[in-house]
Amino acid sequence: MHLNPDLILLWLVRGLGTISAILVLLILLFLFKEAFPVLREVGIGAFFFDAVWQPTKGKFNLLPMILGTLWTTLGAMILATPLGILSAIFCQFYAPDFLAKLYRRLLELLAGIPSVVYGFWGLLVLVPMINRIQPPGASVLAGILILTLMILPTIALIADASFAKVPTSYLTGSQALGISQWGMVWGVAVPAAKSGLMTAGILATGRALGETMAVLMVCGNVVKTPTGLFDPVRTLTANIALEMAYALGDHRSALFVSGLMLMVVVIGLIAVAEWVVAEGKNYG
Amino acid sequence: MVKQKWGDRLGTGFIWAIPLTITAIFLWIIGDVFWHGLGQINWQFLFTAPIDAGRSGGIAPILVSTAWILLICMGVSLPLGIGTAVLLVEFSDIKTGFGQLIRRSLDTLAGVPSIVFGLFGNALFVKVFGLGFSILSGGLTLACMVLPLLIRSTEEGLRAVPQSYRLGAASLGISQTKTLWHLILPAAMPGFVAGFVLGIGRAIAETAALIFTSGYVDRMPSSWLDSGRSLSIHIYDLAMNISNGNANAYGTATVLITLLLMINALTSWIGATWTNHHFKF
Amino acid sequence: MTTFHPKNTIHPTAIRTENLSLSYDQKIAFQDISLPIPAQKITAIVGPSGSGKSSFLTCLNRLTDLTQQCRVSGKVYLAGKNIFDPKIDVIALRRRVGMLFQQPNPFPFSIYKNLVFPLKEHGITDRSHVEYLIEESLTAVGLWDEVKDRLKSSALRLSGGQQQRLCLARTLVLKPEVILMDEPCSALDPISTGVIEDLIKDLGDRHTIVIVTHNLAQAKRISHQTALFWSQKNVGHLIEVAPTQDFFQHPVNPLTQAYVTGLKG
Repeated sequence: MHLNPDLILLWLVRGLGTISAILVLLILLFLFKEAFPVLREVGIGAFFFDAVWQPTKGKFNLLPMILGTLWTTLGAMILATPLGILSAIFCQFYAPDFLAKLYRRLLELLAGIPSVVYGFWGLLVLVPMINRIQPPGASVLAGILILTLMILPTIALIADASFAKVPTSYLTGSQALGISQWGMVWGVAVPAAKSGLMTAGILATGRALGETMAVLMVCGNVVKTPTGLFDPVRTLTANIALEMAYALGDHRSALFVSGLMLMVVVIGLIAVAEWVVAEGKNYG
Repeated sequence: MVKQKWGDRLGTGFIWAIPLTITAIFLWIIGDVFWHGLGQINWQFLFTAPIDAGRSGGIAPILVSTAWILLICMGVSLPLGIGTAVLLVEFSDIKTGFGQLIRRSLDTLAGVPSIVFGLFGNALFVKVFGLGFSILSGGLTLACMVLPLLIRSTEEGLRAVPQSYRLGAASLGISQTKTLWHLILPAAMPGFVAGFVLGIGRAIAETAALIFTSGYVDRMPSSWLDSGRSLSIHIYDLAMNISNGNANAYGTATVLITLLLMINALTSWIGATWTNHHFKF
Repeated sequence: MTTFHPKNTIHPTAIRTENLSLSYDQKIAFQDISLPIPAQKITAIVGPSGSGKSSFLTCLNRLTDLTQQCRVSGKVYLAGKNIFDPKIDVIALRRRVGMLFQQPNPFPFSIYKNLVFPLKEHGITDRSHVEYLIEESLTAVGLWDEVKDRLKSSALRLSGGQQQRLCLARTLVLKPEVILMDEPCSALDPISTGVIEDLIKDLGDRHTIVIVTHNLAQAKRISHQTALFWSQKNVGHLIEVAPTQDFFQHPVNPLTQAYVTGLKG
């Protein structure tokens, strides 16, 4: 029988597409498969209410790490969101064209620097500086500062793109009314680009939550709920990176539980981002 | 009135201060690495093996391992990515449930933290497939990671090809396969190349997904099933686990950043030539 | 409800559509069109925009297959066979039924490769034969003398009118029986339009041509048979079909009367 090449092509790309589509499911499946033994044994509660994190002794309190991730991410978002949005405002409304282009290129380069290089610079430059203010230096603050640098380009570039989509008629309209530049930006452009700005924030949050190497290198990695900015801290991701190499049995399984937690949060964030985009389309 | 003017000026000053600060920090990071690292780099550094856990000696096996990991990563992700993009664009499956499903999964995949890719690679490739800590495991893990990036860029390339080409070819009785091969894919080439280069950039920068898939071993790999250490892991290991490893860590970071800057330049060169010559070949 | 003119059956028909309807997603483009198209004559389809003329044309070579949301019902007979029969070889069909588009769409290749590409795909590779066919088709569209010295240069450097003639040559090189034309002059200047019109009239002796046009004067000048499409409640219908002379001089349907005298449309 003569086979139609177009049909072969269709089934070939359908096959390849299916593999791409099921990757996320596979990831969830394998995380769950590896996490399952310890979940069945001790339940989800143990990860929040056990006394300490001593996985080799059956104690699985992940709370210090969860809080570590939370504080560093939150801190970085508080710093990076305004800085990123202001950077985008600079590109769109203040800088001459060539400078805006140059700055965008710089942001792209910043986004492309490997996290291990950020971590390395943080370890050798930032941590000693903080150490001079208050030892030990490797701290929540160091993590926040490094994460800020890392997610700022993401926020700035997405915000820049969403400002670019604001219809120029809005802007010229407000200029015709004699509204100042500052007033135009805050009164017209920012509200008009709102859904894009929120998406930028959400995606950057995901990036900060999942970042591993840089925080691993600058945060000190002590398993203890931090009480101040200068305390060392260990994040969920750093915990996985540090212990995975030698973890066995329930310990290994517990690390997969923390991976599963990260995955669930990230999927939730993406769902929210999609919702924001859809809402923006409806009302923007 | 005067008050508002002052507010405006203050705002303007503030707005200019931020990019200046960020530019300064960028130069600081890059400058710091190059300042300490350039002196380390010579032929010997590039072409000899590390000695004493990397404190001295070079990075030859690390460069080789990195190249192998990238090769496997791109070798697997390119056909997958191009195939998926072709499905999404050329077979207009995008509005059907299946197309939507693929798009949703890819959006999610793009947001998965790299350490989670590492866990997944460890569970599937290292354990279930029995590949152990190996270059193959690492490359396959990275292939999953760069896939969304690759598909997006390939899709953009395919969508930039005018629909009139497809209609014209179909009306001449040219099969879809031949149209794709001779007309659409060459016209979308800049999109693939851009995706390819971006994918390499992302993969070469990655560390967390490799620590427990490709492993740590800094010897010259003799096969894909050997563990191999990437440039980024070498930097991490020297900085964190080896005392007096900083000098060579700087050298390795300089090599890594130079490679990335070259990749970046290549991407923008492709972007520029694309817009100029797209319809003239 | 279509008005058929009694003289309409004097020629053998090349294509006959039977209750042909087409819909996209929710929207019906046209409905129940039964139109006989005489062989080796020029049939013009006229009517206001949105009356389904172009969509109708794309059914005749099944270009509709490329649009997934598109559903076709009814029949199209080409030489007695329904082309929507699943057993039909679409590739062979499209070789017999060529098409010229509104916008000239040469491929981003050299002039030469634009013509070789379809030939190669249909298995014509003998070099001297290929070269003969290329010269023949370029001569037929009056392009040979203009481009014979630069066959290897990009087709995209040609002017709009030259590009459209190249596209016509690209269709002719496969020796189709039928040529579909979707407003082939609407993107061209008046001089190029004149050149293409002369070509179409010329080709009408040997080919079955179906041309969609907005331009009533053009339909009058070049066609042997004219059909009027009209959108009623957003759905295209065939109103009247007649030999061109009768269509313009003695239209039967009041809509046609209004349209040809410029009162409507």
